[in-house]
Amino acid sequence: MASEHPRADSQPLRNLPGLTLHVPEPKFRPGDPVDFAEVDVPPAGQARRPDTADKASDFTDLAYTLVRVLDDEGNAVGPWDPKLSPDMLRRMLRSMALLRAFDERMFRAQRQGKTSFYMKALGEEAVAVAAAYALDYEDMCFPSYRQQGLLIARGWSLVDMMNQIYSNTADRLGGKQLPIMYSVKEAGFFSISGNLTTQYPQAVGWAMASAAKGDTRIAATWCGEGSTAEGDFHSACTFAAVYRAPVIFNVVNNQWAISSFSGFAGAEATTFAARAVGYGIAGLRVDGNDALAVYAATQWAAERARTNQGPTLIEHFTYRAEGHSTSDDPGQYRSEGEPNAWPLGDPIKRLKDHLIAIGEWDDERHAAQDKELAEQVKAAQKEAEKNGILGHGLHQPLESLFDGVFEELPWHLKEQRQQMLDEETASGRPWDRKA
Amino acid sequence: MSDMIEAPGSDAADGGETSRMNMIQAINSAMDIMMTRDPDVIVMGEDVGYFGGVFRATAGLQAKHGKTRVFDTPITECGIIGVAVGMGAYGLRPVPEIQFADYIYPALDQLVSEAARLRYRSAGEFTSPITVRSPFGGGIFGGQTHSQSPEGLFTHMSGIKTVIPSTPYDAKGLLIAAIEDNDPTLFFEPKRIYNGPFDGYWDRPSQNWSKHPAGEVPTGYYKIELGKAKIVRAGEALTILAYGTMVHVCAAVIAETGIDAEIVDLRTLVPLDIETIEASVKKTGRCMIVHEATRTSGFGAELSALVQERCFYHLEAPIERVTGFDTPYPHSLEWAYFPGPVRITEALKKIMKDA
Repeated sequence: MASEHPRADSQPLRNLPGLTLHVPEPKFRPGDPVDFAEVDVPPAGQARRPDTADKASDFTDLAYTLVRVLDDEGNAVGPWDPKLSPDMLRRMLRSMALLRAFDERMFRAQRQGKTSFYMKALGEEAVAVAAAYALDYEDMCFPSYRQQGLLIARGWSLVDMMNQIYSNTADRLGGKQLPIMYSVKEAGFFSISGNLTTQYPQAVGWAMASAAKGDTRIAATWCGEGSTAEGDFHSACTFAAVYRAPVIFNVVNNQWAISSFSGFAGAEATTFAARAVGYGIAGLRVDGNDALAVYAATQWAAERARTNQGPTLIEHFTYRAEGHSTSDDPGQYRSEGEPNAWPLGDPIKRLKDHLIAIGEWDDERHAAQDKELAEQVKAAQKEAEKNGILGHGLHQPLESLFDGVFEELPWHLKEQRQQMLDEETASGRPWDRKA
Repeated sequence: MSDMIEAPGSDAADGGETSRMNMIQAINSAMDIMMTRDPDVIVMGEDVGYFGGVFRATAGLQAKHGKTRVFDTPITECGIIGVAVGMGAYGLRPVPEIQFADYIYPALDQLVSEAARLRYRSAGEFTSPITVRSPFGGGIFGGQTHSQSPEGLFTHMSGIKTVIPSTPYDAKGLLIAAIEDNDPTLFFEPKRIYNGPFDGYWDRPSQNWSKHPAGEVPTGYYKIELGKAKIVRAGEALTILAYGTMVHVCAAVIAETGIDAEIVDLRTLVPLDIETIEASVKKTGRCMIVHEATRTSGFGAELSALVQERCFYHLEAPIERVTGFDTPYPHSLEWAYFPGPVRITEALKKIMKDA
């Protein structure tokens, strides 16, 4: 009997093959030879530089190209050349080299069992360091976990950073946070969260507050390309666009989110700078291994923010040359040939080559500087280790575990604190109080 | 409602002259006063600006305090709370509204992992002095997305306070205290009693606050300390722990049954006024816990555990929990879900049977 529903007796809707689900796959896996020929790298100097007062919709093309200043011969070319003094160039180079030396030493400290965790910024040093120089010291940074270069470029104490990494007696965070999750209000560096991209709407809120108060300071924030998928990213972009918040969004596209390549955040379809287009905010795609391009883009975005032109989203196209952290082995999921084959090179070498090309630097001075910085880091480490390393004795008062849950301790936390102290007594194994 | 012993000014600083207010007006007055006193207080949320909020709680605030201090937001609760956290880090004292508590879930990460943890993880360098206002609870035919009571999710999370008023007088004093507090605070407003106390009988004429003593509210500044419960009816036969709408439903049931119950309005869930609870249960020897939220892992479970741990040898009957069912909040069957007079009365029979 025929159904009254018109579709009930019919054949499949169309005579088509079944659907297929696309699951992205990176180009290279362990053991594969690497060829990045498909990565489009436009020549340096080619991208135009709009006036900072121009409407975002007038330069959407800049979201799909690469702003590059340093060419393959070490020359600074094109309209984005920030024309920095040799002295400034040398300071940036020094900060990047110091960051690399710091990372190297702290990575090794983790391997030696002196702390639980570390994350390097190898290969992407220009992203945070050049931005720090382009921003004002008073501007507020809302970083993710790989922007330690901001602190280093702002001249923050290496010993203080190491104390945090060791969770030792001098740790300004009292051992409460995972290593490298710094918080340095004095240096305009917001407390890092381990939850991704939560800092994005927070940076917008800070920027909105600054604007509402008639302040002149702006905010800048960073996340990885992988975490642009988080809802917070899109909430932040909407808020920033709506209120024209004086904020700079940085997307550090280093190609890898732990073991997931950028395709799992949408990179097969478009750029990350292109996210800006849909929100009607300014978008720039920048060679993240070119310190001058990062500086110039940040300076341009800061000028827009400071003149009430609103937010800018900058995609820093770069490459994560190390694992995600000390907890993963990149050899398990990607080809070992990738870091060296990356077509945008090493950011430190590129800035160094530029300084040499303009006659303001040479290999001998560079080698001497590297040696000096390694010594500086080593001395800082020695100093920091006087305050202890993780797991060697009790570095903070036991009862401080309960400090800062609330401004004042409510009764239930007081009870739990007493329970903890009683447990120590009952255990017959008192903590080794080295503090 | 004559059992509701509530003398305005009894537990607060003098707020000056009084006038009749419903709970919405009292909440509006608290924000208005705090915005006038402190230029860092700002109000934000969906529809709170020009329109004055879907429940009118922010009516007139934008006209009085300006668009940069009272403004509408995009429809992203994650964004609203994330932005509020950033504003707090700048030094402002934001009072964001989440239009219905049912909409708070997209903001959970920003509330739990950020606002509630910022002081701890930064060792006090940054704090989140934000007060999140949100209408909650059912009884208005709001269906499953306009009726929930999610307080138990937040009381479970360290670092955030939870406040639930039950009268206009308390709402104003508690909201002022919450805004002044330097920790993040959730301020859940029982929307069933915005306009008047509720006896639990949905088919009886609704009441308004005009005849209730706690509808007489000081027009000026006063605050009620967070973490302090209020005994709204003294009694000897048993202790009833409740908050929000259920305080009134319980009071009505007690008035009808004539049982000499002591009704404790918790007012703040975290930090909890354990002293008042403990003293009351030790005195009466019986404890009934009433909330509208779902039962399993609800705040009642915590209350029950605390009472058992502290008052076990004083208890003369098992603790009774009267709650909503572990289902989504239904629409047409709302009054079968609601822990109303029948469910409370049945529980009273059980707990009093050997008395």
